[in-house]
Order: sequence, then structure tokens, then C-alpha cells
Amino acid sequence: MVRNYETVFIMTPVLSEEQKKSTVKKYTDFLKKSGAKIINEEDWGLKQLAYPIEKKNSGFYQLVEFEAEGTIVDKIETEFRRDETVIRFLVVKLDKHGVAYNAKRRKGELASQNVKNEEPVKA
Amino acid sequence: MALHNEKVHDVNNEKYCRFERSGIKHIDYKNPDFLLKLINDNGKIMPRRITGTSLKYQRKVAQAIKRARHIAILPYTGDSMR
Repeated sequence: MVRNYETVFIMTPVLSEEQKKSTVKKYTDFLKKSGAKIINEEDWGLKQLAYPIEKKNSGFYQLVEFEAEGTIVDKIETEFRRDETVIRFLVVKLDKHGVAYNAKRRKGELASQNVKNEEPVKA
Repeated sequence: MALHNEKVHDVNNEKYCRFERSGIKHIDYKNPDFLLKLINDNGKIMPRRITGTSLKYQRKVAQAIKRARHIAILPYTGDSMR
């Protein structure tokens, strides 16, 4: 059963540029090799973390959206766990609304997902 | 004349679910500025009785916020919310 997945992973900031590229390439090749179809890849670059992870306050974020069989998730997660340059990862199954949202997001139609009659929530 | 402690059913400032009204189906855990509206100033998820969201979307909001916290987009306990 082919499903849509989306993974976000954070790499440690001490990487050099080509090390970062090779890590990302390792995962995209791994996905392609095990029969996944990569839909979208985004590199958010170096971002500040909301809280320190492994004593580091920033990290390279990478997003990969792909379509694959369900069995692939365990494999890629063990790959993530083995790799110590990746300090945090998250693999998420996308439902049909998620896929539609990502498609719209890629086309840039969502202004900023602001709600029409947006009023500040009375906390 | 309403009784003294009778709860007056005030229609115009009734709480409504912002997601149903604006037709948002998927709450994305990746963009923080949308999620910041749904957490209070020390990083906790806003309860339904204040935001008025329906149960179905409150679960999606909670899941999205927890995922955002996992990948360090949102802090678990933020003393100063940017």
C-alpha cells in the first residue's frame, strides 16, 4: 500500500557544507534505492533550535516528502538512529488533507494560512 | 427579564471553531507563526474553552504542536514567546 510520508531531520551544525550534502544525499539515495518516489525536498538551512539538543543551539533542517510502501519507515528510522550527524528526526504519515496542503504549499498559494476573521485569542 | 444568575445566551460573542469556519483541514506542524496563536505565553497548549475550537481540530492542533516541539520549532516551556 503506497502511502505519502514526510520526514524532517536536523543535522548537527558542526558539519561542513559537503558533509551536509553527502548526508542528505545518503538518505535520498536510500529512499530511491528502496523504491520510494521523492516528491519534494526542502533545505531550511541553519536554524535556531527552540531548546538545546545535544548541547547545540542550532541545526541544519532538511525536509523530504516521499511516497513509499509502509515497510520503509522502520528502515529509514534505523538509518537515522545509526547516523550520529542527525540529532533529531521525525517521520510522519500524511493523510489526504496533508498531501493537498503540501501541494498547495509548494505552489505558494497559501498566503500565510491566516484565518479570515482572525482575532487575537482572549487568553 | 433574565433571572439574576441565569446564563444569558449571548449569540454574538459565541465561541466558534476557527478551523471549521475558515475551512482549514490540515494543521501544519512546520510553520510556527500559525501555531504560536494556539499556545499561551509559557508555551502551553491553549484549552478549548478559551479558543473555542471543536474537539476534532483540537486533537489535530495538539498533535501538530507536539510534533513541532519534537523537532525544536516550538519550545516545551518557553518563558518568553517570541
